[in-house]
Amino acid sequence: MFRYIGLRLLQLIPVFFGATLLIYFMVFSLPGDPIAALFGERPPPQSVIDTIREQYHLNDPFIVQYLYYVGGILTGDLGTTYSGRPVSDLLGQAFPITFRLAMLALFFEAVAGIAVGLIAGLRKGKFFDASALVVSLLLISVPTFVVGFILQYVFSIQLGLFRTTVGPGAPIQDLILPAIVLATVSFAYIVRLTRASVADNMQADFVRTATAKGLTRGRVVRVHILRNSLIPVVTFLGVDIGSLMVGAIVTEGIFNINGVGGTVYQAIKRGEGPTVVSFVAVMVIIYMLANLLVDLLYAALDPRIRYAK
Amino acid sequence: MKIRRIGIGALALAAASTLVLAGCSSSESPASTSSSSSIITTNGSEPQNPLIPTNTTETGGGKIATSIFAGLVSYDADGAIENDVAQSIESDDKQLWTVTLKDDQKFSDGSAVTAKSFVDAWNWGANPKNAQGAAYFFDNIEGFSAEEGADVPELSGLKVVDDKTFTVQLSAPEADWTQRLGYTAYMPLPESAYDDMDAFGENPIGNGPYMIDGADGWQHDVQIALVTNPEYNGVRKPVNGGLTIKFYTTLDAAYADVQGGNLDVLDQIPDTAFETYESEFGDRAVNQPAAIFQSITIPQYLPHWTGEEGALRRAAISQAINRDEITKVLFQGTRTPATDFTSPVIKGYSDSLKGADVLKFNPDEAKKLWAQADAIAPYGDTVFDIAYNSDGPHQAWVDAATQSIANTLGIKAQGKPYATFAEALADRDADKLTGATRSGWQADYPSLYNFLAPNYQTGAGSNYEGYSSPEFDKLLEEGSTATDVDSATAKFQEAQEVLLKDLPAIPLWYQNVNGVSSESVSNVVFGWDSVPLYFQITKN
Amino acid sequence: MQNSSSGPGHFVAQLDDTPLAAVDSVDESEKARSSFADAWDAMRGRPMFWISLVMIALILVVAAFPNLFTQTKPNLGCLLPDSNGGPEAGHPFGFTRQGCDIYSRVIFGAQASVTVGILATVLVTVFGGIIGALAGFYGGFLDAVVSRIGDIFFAIPTVLGAIVLMSVLPTRTPVTVALVLALFAWPQIARIMRGSVVAAKNADYVTASIALGVSRFRILVRHVVPNAIAPVIVVATTSLGTFIVAEATLSFLGIGLPPDVMSWGNDIGQARASIATAPMVLFYPAAALSLTVLSFLVLGDVVRDALDPKARARR
Repeated sequence: MFRYIGLRLLQLIPVFFGATLLIYFMVFSLPGDPIAALFGERPPPQSVIDTIREQYHLNDPFIVQYLYYVGGILTGDLGTTYSGRPVSDLLGQAFPITFRLAMLALFFEAVAGIAVGLIAGLRKGKFFDASALVVSLLLISVPTFVVGFILQYVFSIQLGLFRTTVGPGAPIQDLILPAIVLATVSFAYIVRLTRASVADNMQADFVRTATAKGLTRGRVVRVHILRNSLIPVVTFLGVDIGSLMVGAIVTEGIFNINGVGGTVYQAIKRGEGPTVVSFVAVMVIIYMLANLLVDLLYAALDPRIRYAK
Repeated sequence: MKIRRIGIGALALAAASTLVLAGCSSSESPASTSSSSSIITTNGSEPQNPLIPTNTTETGGGKIATSIFAGLVSYDADGAIENDVAQSIESDDKQLWTVTLKDDQKFSDGSAVTAKSFVDAWNWGANPKNAQGAAYFFDNIEGFSAEEGADVPELSGLKVVDDKTFTVQLSAPEADWTQRLGYTAYMPLPESAYDDMDAFGENPIGNGPYMIDGADGWQHDVQIALVTNPEYNGVRKPVNGGLTIKFYTTLDAAYADVQGGNLDVLDQIPDTAFETYESEFGDRAVNQPAAIFQSITIPQYLPHWTGEEGALRRAAISQAINRDEITKVLFQGTRTPATDFTSPVIKGYSDSLKGADVLKFNPDEAKKLWAQADAIAPYGDTVFDIAYNSDGPHQAWVDAATQSIANTLGIKAQGKPYATFAEALADRDADKLTGATRSGWQADYPSLYNFLAPNYQTGAGSNYEGYSSPEFDKLLEEGSTATDVDSATAKFQEAQEVLLKDLPAIPLWYQNVNGVSSESVSNVVFGWDSVPLYFQITKN
Repeated sequence: MQNSSSGPGHFVAQLDDTPLAAVDSVDESEKARSSFADAWDAMRGRPMFWISLVMIALILVVAAFPNLFTQTKPNLGCLLPDSNGGPEAGHPFGFTRQGCDIYSRVIFGAQASVTVGILATVLVTVFGGIIGALAGFYGGFLDAVVSRIGDIFFAIPTVLGAIVLMSVLPTRTPVTVALVLALFAWPQIARIMRGSVVAAKNADYVTASIALGVSRFRILVRHVVPNAIAPVIVVATTSLGTFIVAEATLSFLGIGLPPDVMSWGNDIGQARASIATAPMVLFYPAAALSLTVLSFLVLGDVVRDALDPKARARR
């Protein structure tokens, strides 16, 4: 078990270098001169642009730029933005907020999604199932900016239940509504996944056996149906952690949250290599850890799966 | 079960970090509670650079820099200059200017604002070694150099006479030179700034109506808290206790905050609210022209767009765009159809320049001119496209304009989106456009010259599409070196009449300033530069 | 934890009790049925199967031959005075913000949207499904390499990838948009498939097949995949809709389809500016999208039921 975890953690090293190299190359390939664009339609003398390009090693070949970046990391320096702020400051600012938001969204989608999916699966083909289908469809086909706009208008502006945007420091009560908006699309996935798995397992032999043994329906559902239905759901949640963190650009915009999604998006638009690469590298690590956790959960959910090699 | 445990764990973790953050904010609040009831909140964006005035060329940093610094002059709501730090700025020949400062001018740290504070700051900003974005604002002062990497610590045109007097020798006479002195690039710096300019930019000490509220006043990407500067005694003396500029990445969020009572003043409206903001905010909504000019530019290097054929086609395109309809329907009156190349808020603006009829929608004339051009060389099936960067709010009007052109001229016209501004700029810069491009100008300081020279003068910085007209250049030169403002204005208007014939850019409309304010503030007046005059806003 | 390999030996009857001859006599006169033939039998008796199939056929016909359904040229003759106008004769759904006929735009938008949705879904499901199945079944080094590559691809912001790829590609069509979306979305399906296969490969029938000497690959294809595919079908059919919406986001950011290609996603994005005052502009393309997703969801449900050996056995 511990050997398995250790092996997985070792994989971080090649993945880190592979990912940073690839991302750095992609940022390098972005069209346009990022420094010239900093000045908008008011170009300063070329000498100013050249001096700044020199400062950020932008005139060097790609691999030299990348080595400057890796060299910086080894000495604990992640580089700076074009405005001179250390990238480590940005990481320290954006990730805690985004992490809280993503966890809250994950919590909402997991609890609500599994509950609704479970009931829909148990009553497959009935009214509740059909309603759940309609709601999931709505959430899939109505874009986040509309859902966010409507929820913000109704709950914050009209009813005054929440602050309209997230205040300084991003306190948890301000993040509730954004987390709900962020969770909507994934909620639809989890409802569908849980429903399918539950409906599937309802017909499995072990459920028949358990029912035949005279177990109460509640116990059959909890212990036998739900537990055995969770593997695809848990997998999805593991993958979704990343989407929730980096894919929250629209939600962050609506609620004015300084999170990872928006920071990365702005940095991409500015062609800011060190910022994009550092953020994505942290994301890759989070993915790997989340997936490791999911793999360990498999073993807990299904005793037949073991990693004790 | 397992899932639930993760969820609760995350909540506990999040709650813990909230407590830590809350702890921080409660420890610093006593210092600022005294006047917090009269603090005005408004929208802004994180400055692109540290707040060094000569490196602040964008609006986000600009509105902070003009609040914490005071220049020789400042602008009133109409863009007219008033002496701020200056006692007088005089010249007989409009080339050698003598500047005298008022008595008792101080930075917020108590050090004196002297002639040296200005001269040193300007020298530093103009020095190519320091690579300042606004360095070119000093290019008309004698001794200016743009040579790469050169170290030019002093401009020969700047001379300190005594503590309160300095002289400026321009390389050519300029009647309205004083007009530009309220721009951020011309602010003074305290002696302490030069020790470590980057550190100064993080925590600038200015001489303006406001100052940063302590070391934690500037929370990057969140907000900047300003309080009144007790040392300031100029014309912009604040009547409120301070100003907190909150940073937004989308206007929709800022608008929601005004609606929800979390923001006092908003100086721009998102397009989702164009139709509703006036009915919702009534007399607390503002809609007036501003110093922002928008146009499309058709490059001089494209086939079909040169010589006589090009002139006919440009005039046809211009008259094929229904500006009235687009500004009314799409923009809901938040844009004003253009009648010149500047802006109605600038002194010397005219809506009756000779040849301005070419800016009116006239489908018959447009078709006629297009047919005449086709007689010279047939246009064929070429698509007429308008390039724009889709990370800005341009798609809707580009679609409407191309639709108007297509409907009128019977040609195929469509927008050409670029993902980023950098990508669009690169194609403009490299002469690789395939059709028109969106273009425009927001004035740095209220003057006709600032709209015309950077965009249309031969070889000028923002003249990406390569327009060159000796006649225009000559009139511009005559206007800028005229020794009185009225004759300068006349020359600038004449120069615009040349532009109306050549249409190097096709003027579309002026962007209005659209602002709203909450019931908790009054006396919200917007300046010529679309920024509210913060100092005179009162909290109810 | 009970170790399954320690063997439930005591459940097996003593050898001499078993009438081996009877067990060994198999009726070989009937041809072996493939699981797909079984699935077909199961599906064709269900009305939902036929309803969803007819819906999908209709959507495909609209996508392929939009001219059959409207005479209005959706991109020509849009007039701004009609902006956000309500329904009128010849324009049953009213007008967009640019004054274009909504009905004809919905009809003509089907082609790009359906192409992007279906193509991206198929690419992701086939590619991600195969990779995930192999990784989950064989495990070890293959699993490590493939999963880590998936981690990297999934962590790359789609916007970054799209800007780079779209500026490299000479043309932008629904096919290129689908390729870009698929390139950064396959790890999701791969993970789901892998998880499902990891769970399914430990089942008794797999152990039994191995004991019978069936080849590993054959076990994977014949036994493990049919038992593991259910969640993949659920996620794939749901993704179809999110891909169509994702195209909207890309187009909105200027890295999707060019503006002269109509799509539901693009129209949904454009309707953003009028949601407060003219919600119907948003409603129609979103409804078309919902209907398409619904059809595929229902079909996916039926197919899943039919393919899944457990579900079939109980009917």
